[in-house]
Amino acid sequence: MSASTPDAGATTGAGWQPSARELARRRTRQQQHRRRVLIASVATVVVLGGLVAAVVLSPGWARVQATFLDPHHAKESLPAIAKGFWINVKMFLIAEPLILVAGLALALIRQARSAWLVPVRGLAVVYTDVVRGIPTLLLVFLFAFGMPALGLAGIPTSLFFWATVALVVSYSAYVAEVFRSGIESVHPSQLASAEALALSRAQTMRYVVVPQAVRRVVPPLLNDFVSLQKDTALAASVGVFEALFAAADYGNYKFNFTAYVVAAAFFIALTVPLARLCDALTRRMARRERAGAL
Amino acid sequence: MRIARVVTPLTAAVLAVAVAACAPAEDKAEQSGKTASAGECKVADLPLVKKGVLTIGTDSPAYDPWFNDNDPTNGKGFESAVAYAVAEQLGFAKDQVTWVTVPFNNSYKPGPKDFDFDINQISIDADREKAVDFSEGYYSAAQAVIVLKNSPAAKIKDLAELASFKIGAQTGTTSLTAVRDMIKPKSDPLVFQNTNNAKQAMLNGQVDAIVADLPTAFYISSVEIPDSTLLGQFQYDKGAAEQFGLLFEQGNKLLPCVNGAIDALKKDGRLANIEQKWLSDVVSVPTLK
Repeated sequence: MSASTPDAGATTGAGWQPSARELARRRTRQQQHRRRVLIASVATVVVLGGLVAAVVLSPGWARVQATFLDPHHAKESLPAIAKGFWINVKMFLIAEPLILVAGLALALIRQARSAWLVPVRGLAVVYTDVVRGIPTLLLVFLFAFGMPALGLAGIPTSLFFWATVALVVSYSAYVAEVFRSGIESVHPSQLASAEALALSRAQTMRYVVVPQAVRRVVPPLLNDFVSLQKDTALAASVGVFEALFAAADYGNYKFNFTAYVVAAAFFIALTVPLARLCDALTRRMARRERAGAL
Repeated sequence: MRIARVVTPLTAAVLAVAVAACAPAEDKAEQSGKTASAGECKVADLPLVKKGVLTIGTDSPAYDPWFNDNDPTNGKGFESAVAYAVAEQLGFAKDQVTWVTVPFNNSYKPGPKDFDFDINQISIDADREKAVDFSEGYYSAAQAVIVLKNSPAAKIKDLAELASFKIGAQTGTTSLTAVRDMIKPKSDPLVFQNTNNAKQAMLNGQVDAIVADLPTAFYISSVEIPDSTLLGQFQYDKGAAEQFGLLFEQGNKLLPCVNGAIDALKKDGRLANIEQKWLSDVVSVPTLK
């Protein structure tokens, strides 16, 4: 692939000598390669070095270091944040499957053609429109403080419970739209073929449309889940003592922001692997769809 | 084209260095603890955020009994009254005082501040001194426990018994630290963003008891949650009694003058009068062991 590798044939065959012209070509290729490496290295060093220098040489750097990157405060705040982060992870793990089920159900209801289901269909449309129109933070407030205030017997008062419900409600509306776009992207010829095979509408959905649709929407779904992982921090606003709130609490008491950086590191550690997984899945799907044609 | 290749990164580097070089250098000498006499503090010479005006910060909503009607400008409520007394002592007329809204967790962010000082029931603390400067204390705070009258928590006799209940306190406060270090409840304390959330959580049955500083607790139990009562007050001290101080940007040269003003208010009894006027109800609260 690289310009500097000699042709495979050139190295084999005793007695064959590369011509002077071939040697000149190789020299030029090598020169060009060295030049490119040099330019790339210099450019990288200058750009990164410049950025680092601009930050480190700025007069406020010592201040930033003391307020955002203090190792003492990082160590002190770590246990509370780690404990809080476990709440984020739990919330995410509980919410995600519920969101998938609710989202798919909503999408299927919107696609249903049965006359009996018209009122439910209307409700599904209103639900996605209304819920997507409300900021997630507001939903968290409304559920966590509003629902227990109803005072109904048997309704849990746990803030964690209601914050999770709020996330499920909010994200299921988004995910429903993702599923719907997936379902609508399945080519009409597939439906026609299913009909020709005498499949009922439900069977068509179950065996033909949904499997293809789901496969197609995996990357956007994962994208939503990366976002969900971070939005678990919204529960902080109602007092769930998760990572962000633990960090804020530490910062508010000690007047130092290092704890926020620690919390950020936790979230990055969780979202980056998921983002990479998303990339890998997308690549695998692209490969399969092309089926070796490219 | 050759030239462009070299010039682009060079320009970037030069710009970066220029940006770094032209930012202002800061003078951050610690001012806490310094006091200046009234003679050294002429209004015209004071280093103010806005010339000729004293800019004071506090959070919104501004709660009773520290402020009144969520309006710091009316001079009513303990902290509003203290702020105006300090301003008057420094030589500012009432209309030369402006207020800005400063959420508590913005008050200590690094960099220049848009207020001369912040008054928001902020406890003086050694760790906090590293990020900001504090005036002398203008109030010694005790902690108090709020419970609902008909709750089992209302029957307890001392702090140790409280440990088996669900306790809440506001984030970043001495009250929360007191809960963690002194009461040591069996289940993790519930942490609130503000007093309103605490109140809602108590009404919803999400907490059995709330710990707050005494005047706040008194106000919550007498006005905000009518069905609640104060179990009692207690001192949380890591050596010395907790003090509220005015918060300044680190190195603010105004601080010694304000300390001088607070000293004067303490000496002639004006500060005590203000406390008597706005916080007198709280002295009758029984002490909890």
